Amino acid sequence: MADRDETEALGAAQINRRGLLKCMTWAGAGVVWGLSGGVPRTLGLLGSAAAAEAAPGDLTFVQISDSHIGFHLPPNPDPTATLREAIAKINAMPVQPAFLVHTGDISHLSKPEQWDTALEVVKGANKQVFYIPGEHDVADAENGKAYLERFGKNTQGRGWYSFDLGGVHFIALINVFDFQPGFKSAGLAKLGDEQLEWLEKDVTGRSTSTPIVVLAHLPLWTIYEQWGWGTADAGRALGYLKRFGSVTVLNGHIHQIIQKVEGNVTFHTADSTAFPQPAPGTAPAPGPMKGVPAGELRKYLGVRTVDYIRSKGAPALTDTTLVG
Amino acid sequence: MIKVRDPARLRRRAGLACGGLGIAAVLAAAVPTLVSNGTIAVASAARTATVEIANFKFAPPDLTVPAGTTVVWKNADDSPHRVADIGGAYASPALDTEGSFSHIFAAPGVYAYFCSLHPYMKGKIVVEPAGAGS
Ligand SMILES: [Cu+2]
Repeated sequence: MADRDETEALGAAQINRRGLLKCMTWAGAGVVWGLSGGVPRTLGLLGSAAAAEAAPGDLTFVQISDSHIGFHLPPNPDPTATLREAIAKINAMPVQPAFLVHTGDISHLSKPEQWDTALEVVKGANKQVFYIPGEHDVADAENGKAYLERFGKNTQGRGWYSFDLGGVHFIALINVFDFQPGFKSAGLAKLGDEQLEWLEKDVTGRSTSTPIVVLAHLPLWTIYEQWGWGTADAGRALGYLKRFGSVTVLNGHIHQIIQKVEGNVTFHTADSTAFPQPAPGTAPAPGPMKGVPAGELRKYLGVRTVDYIRSKGAPALTDTTLVG
Repeated sequence: MIKVRDPARLRRRAGLACGGLGIAAVLAAAVPTLVSNGTIAVASAARTATVEIANFKFAPPDLTVPAGTTVVWKNADDSPHRVADIGGAYASPALDTEGSFSHIFAAPGVYAYFCSLHPYMKGKIVVEPAGAGS
């Protein structure tokens, strides 16, 4: 079970720091920067020569999300296969990420065998993986007990944690417990007082020049209230973070890329590796876009590279689909 | 919106005058048993009513049933849902497509519930005294 421990360990303590530091040589000037809606984006490499010797930045990691292992319906009856393709994409990257983050909905129905399958496939990247749960991972009859037993080692409260790597402070927030019934309120996700108090303490005393990455499954801004795509008390969390010069919030849940900038905070939702969901309000309900033809599916699925380069402040995000 | 399933058969099987019930999808699940005096009685007051989950909505969102009814939620969506009493009295695990969950409503009252995966999905069960409306 040593393998499993290694794959599931969340704390930074188990990272092979030496391995990581090797990746931290200063990057060459190979990357073209662009601004798209105020969000830094990597536009491409400066020619093939530069690509061939593309040097890693200060810190490069990859976000995958919403693998939904156990889903079995159109448009993707085999999300294990597409997760495997996502891992193959990562393995083919010229600059290997230092580690992966998975922003939740690892499984479709919180079943141990679904997590077994996901971890087995993700292990193919041969990288440390930081997980957070989606609501599908805490949907067992005991409200997340199985997830926390398996993935919750070295975490606080109901699964939240933070760690420092490559000069970046990572904060993994959990907003898939305690959904408030939508009778008096909109029916959004919630971080809860205990976690928010922990967060306030976690960032107290940190230098404002420390880049912050926040991981959370549901978006930390309200994208579409009618579908519950938001977190009711996210504003309080952001209040503790806004003094930092660079805050990058990475979410899953909505199975599509939507971005927003608010001061020094940039918000980015990610593609799923399993199936797309409709753009907000464009369908009667959220859920899998079952009409996507098999040949088109991979255009909607993808992985995201996050690349920090010293002195640039905010990281560059590159989203890569599973096409080809 | 409300489906009544073969009320004639229901009356036959249950030996009850349910025709005037005017409420949703009530089925007699109990098997009539012969009791010692030779009359047919219903072993329990078990009746079943169904709430369908489709397009991230409970249908019907408000359901009125007599006390003792077993309410069955059936998930017809491609996404899982969970049925949870807002007071925590009951909660289903995640119901996959075609999955179902049931709860017996024994006492009269109004019981609000929601989907704990999609908390904007909500409904309520209005439970009337068992004799009411018949
Ligand atoms: Cu639901």
